[in-house]
Formats: sequence, C-alpha cells, structure tokens
Amino acid sequence: MQNQIHSDLPMISIRGLCISFGSLQVLNGIDLDVWKGENMIVLGRSGSGKSVLIKLLAGLLKPDSGSMEMLGKKVETLDSKSLDALRLRLGFSFQSSALYDSMDVGGNLEFPLTMNIKNLSRKEIDLAVDEVLEAVGLQDKKHQMPAELSGGQRKRVGVARTLIMKPEIMLYDEPTGGLDPITSNEINELILEVQERYKTTSIIITHDLTCARNTGNRIAMLLDGKFVRIGTFDEVFDGSDERINGFYAYNFIQ
Amino acid sequence: MSVGGSGQKGSLSLADRFGELGAGVYDAWMFVLRFFREAFVPPWHFKELLRQCYMVGYMSLPLISLTGFVTGIVFTKQSRPSLESFGATSWLPSLIAIAVIRALAPLVTALICAGKVGSNIGAELGSMKVSEQIEAMEVSAINPFKYLVVTRTLACTLMIPVLVMYSAFVGLIGSYFNVHANEATSLISYFQDAFSTITFLDLWSSAAKSFVYGFTVGIVGCYKGFRASKGTQGVGLAANSAVVTGMFLVFMEEIVLVQMINWIRFY
Repeated sequence: MQNQIHSDLPMISIRGLCISFGSLQVLNGIDLDVWKGENMIVLGRSGSGKSVLIKLLAGLLKPDSGSMEMLGKKVETLDSKSLDALRLRLGFSFQSSALYDSMDVGGNLEFPLTMNIKNLSRKEIDLAVDEVLEAVGLQDKKHQMPAELSGGQRKRVGVARTLIMKPEIMLYDEPTGGLDPITSNEINELILEVQERYKTTSIIITHDLTCARNTGNRIAMLLDGKFVRIGTFDEVFDGSDERINGFYAYNFIQ
Repeated sequence: MSVGGSGQKGSLSLADRFGELGAGVYDAWMFVLRFFREAFVPPWHFKELLRQCYMVGYMSLPLISLTGFVTGIVFTKQSRPSLESFGATSWLPSLIAIAVIRALAPLVTALICAGKVGSNIGAELGSMKVSEQIEAMEVSAINPFKYLVVTRTLACTLMIPVLVMYSAFVGLIGSYFNVHANEATSLISYFQDAFSTITFLDLWSSAAKSFVYGFTVGIVGCYKGFRASKGTQGVGLAANSAVVTGMFLVFMEEIVLVQMINWIRFY
C-alpha cells in the first residue's frame, strides 16, 4: 500500500496551519496536500495535535492562522450554511465511535440521512441502511443498541454512519485505538474496502504503525507541531531521523 | 488567566474570580440569546419536540401527582388548627385554593422538575458532549443546538405549565379529601368555595410564572449539559449544577414575579 496516487489538484490542501490552546502551541505552521483517492496517514505521539488537525478540517475548531482547502472550498472562511454543505461531502469516524446511545444501530445510520434529505420513503431509507450495513459486515446488528456492540462493531457502525451520505473525503480518528490486533486488522481491511468501494480520499489519524503500513498510501509524521517527514512508509522510516527511529522502534517493540 | 483545577483556583485573586463569574454570565446569556435566534427559524424538529414533551410531561406525572396530592393534604391539615381557633374552617377551601394556585403548585412543580427533568437533561447532554455525540451531529451537518437545546427547552416551557395546572388540581383533590373527612363537604360545594375567591389574575399569573419556570429549567439543563467538561466527572457535575442552578433561579424568579404580580394586583 505504498504507491503514490497522483491527480491534478489536491482534494485537501493545508498551508501554514497554526493553532494554540492558551500558551500551548499545538500545530505550528503545517503544510499538507492529499490527492484524490489517497489514504494519507498522520502519525504522531498522543497529544501531538493529530486529532486537532482533523477537527480543524471538519470545521469543529478555528485555526489561529493558515488556510485549509477541501474540495475547492476554504474551510476557515465558510459560513455555517456553506460549512454544512461541505460537511455533507465528508465522513468523520470518531475515536470513540460517538454512536447515539438512545438509538439502535439502524436509527444511528438513518439519522444523518433523514435529517439532511427530506421526503425519503421508508423503503429508500431501509435500502440505504442495509447497503452500508452490508459494506461494514454487520447486516444482523440493525436492531441492536450501541451498548450491546463490541468495540470493533461500534467502530464499524461509526464508519457505516458516515458512508450512508456517500462521502468523498473520510477523516478517521484513531480507527484502531483500543482494539485488539485481530479486530484492528479487520478495521484496517474495512478502511481499504471503503477506499476501493466508495473511491474516498482519506486522512487517517493514528499512532499504530501496523495500521499506517497496511492502509496508508503516504505518511505524514507530526512532531512538535510540524510535519517532519512526508512520504511512503519506507521513505519516512528510512532510519535517517533519530526522532522517527525512536517512534518506530518503540511501536514495534510494543 | 489559566484555571486548570481546584488547586489553581484557590490561588486566584478576587478580581480574577469576578472576571471568571462575568465571563460565565456572559456565556450563559449568549446561550439564551442563541435559543431565541434558533427557535424561530426552520427547520423545526417536531418529532423530537413531541418526544421531549412526552418525556418531560407524561413521564413526570407519577411524581407530580404524588407531590401535588401530599402537598394539598398536608397544607390543609396544617392550616386547620389556626382557622379552627377563629371558627373559620369554612374558609379552608378558598385559603387552600389561593395558596395552591398562586404559589404552591407553580413553585413546587418547578422545583420538582428542576430536580427530575433538569438533572436528566444536564446528564444526557453532558454525556453526549463528553462522548463526542454532539460533535458527531455537527459533522453530519445537523445543528445540535436546534435538535437538542431548542426541542428540550421548548418541551419544558410548554409542559411544565400543564404539569402546574395538573398539580394544582391534584392538590385541591388532596385537600378535598381532608376537608371531606372532617366536615363531610361535597366535592361540588368544596370546589365552589375554593374558586369563589380565585380571580382571573390568579390563574393568569400562575400560568405566566409556570412558563418562566419551565423555560428556566429547560435552558439551564441544556446549558449545563452543553458546557460539560471532558470525562464522566463532568457529566455528574453538569447534572448536579443543572439542579442547583435551576432551583436557585426559580426561587429568584419567584421573588421578582410575586412582587410584579402584587403591583399589578394593587394598582
């Protein structure tokens, strides 16, 4: 999974992005281009600002300076209506899955659909729900409550909830976080299936090198608020940077 | 100014504390203004509003029935000896009706709802906040303020007045049982006596107060839930703070509103 995908214009383009919380500078002038159909991994230690980056992209946070362009729109300048229009073309898979506890799996999946597209028939809604449940391999869980699902199943439902709106860009926040190696591998396969089936462009936030190696086309290494290396897995981990070597060694010893 | 925890908070100067309080009041005021901006602009979530009316209204009926009934009986029992000493027990129905309709039903119902409904809303939204469910709505292009805050606050504003009327009725029934047990008064005669001194202003002021209390309970619960900090401790604090702040504001509003109603009554 280390082939670079090229196209004319990047789907996501970040320039000089900065954000701080109080006196803590989290992102300090980062630049990144993500091309159509590409899975871009953002690697970094816990607390390095990886999740902050995709929350900025989704418009959940405002940057101090810099620009973020997605699907040709400058995210930081959009009003709430335009931001919502852009969000309909994004999928955001949360680290905690963020399933609505009061709804069953089917309810979770149809919620974004029925809230954003009016006058859908019951049959159309059921078809869409069944399609995404089949895509994530959870056809038999439609009527279960989130509390009855395992961690891996919750992640899958979280992904399915984003797929129902047919997103062009997927943002995954720690997709394998807190999962055992076998379930992590299933989620990695799901990410690749989503890329293949839905032709999505993705940013995957992780500190799991197995996930990075198996799902990413390119990797951006975030250290001290900056990308210190961007390239394929082998390019990033070529042994020339001590800080990255330490990350690699620790991750695989773990 | 950084306020990270209780240890740091202890070292804050008085000026910092006032600054923090001012910022909190400003934030709450902006939250209330946002409610009015969002409530009158489509889309409206009628299905969720109905669900919340059911949760706030119907699901509170057993507790409101019990407290209303007990309040009616106890207030009648406690008032009887004083009136008996003047040979004025025939005034009991009208005394109880005035007390229940003007003060007890709105205040007791609002306090019960601040406890039951306010804590429920604070905990529910707080839990949704810390588990990123509110952010999940935002990234799905769903306005969480409109879906969660406007529906819950409106449900409280609409249903608490209904609960107040119901509570007043049940309170008078409770009082009737006590009066009937002592004086063998008929139900019709009891209610004729009870409503003989009730004016339109009494009913109107009781309803107006109930709307204010309902709005307060709803918006405070939502505000505390929406502002819950990370972690499960934050959910507990949001629920607790929703009850304490809700009750405090209801008492403050009671003082102001009673004064205003009395001005109207006498002028």
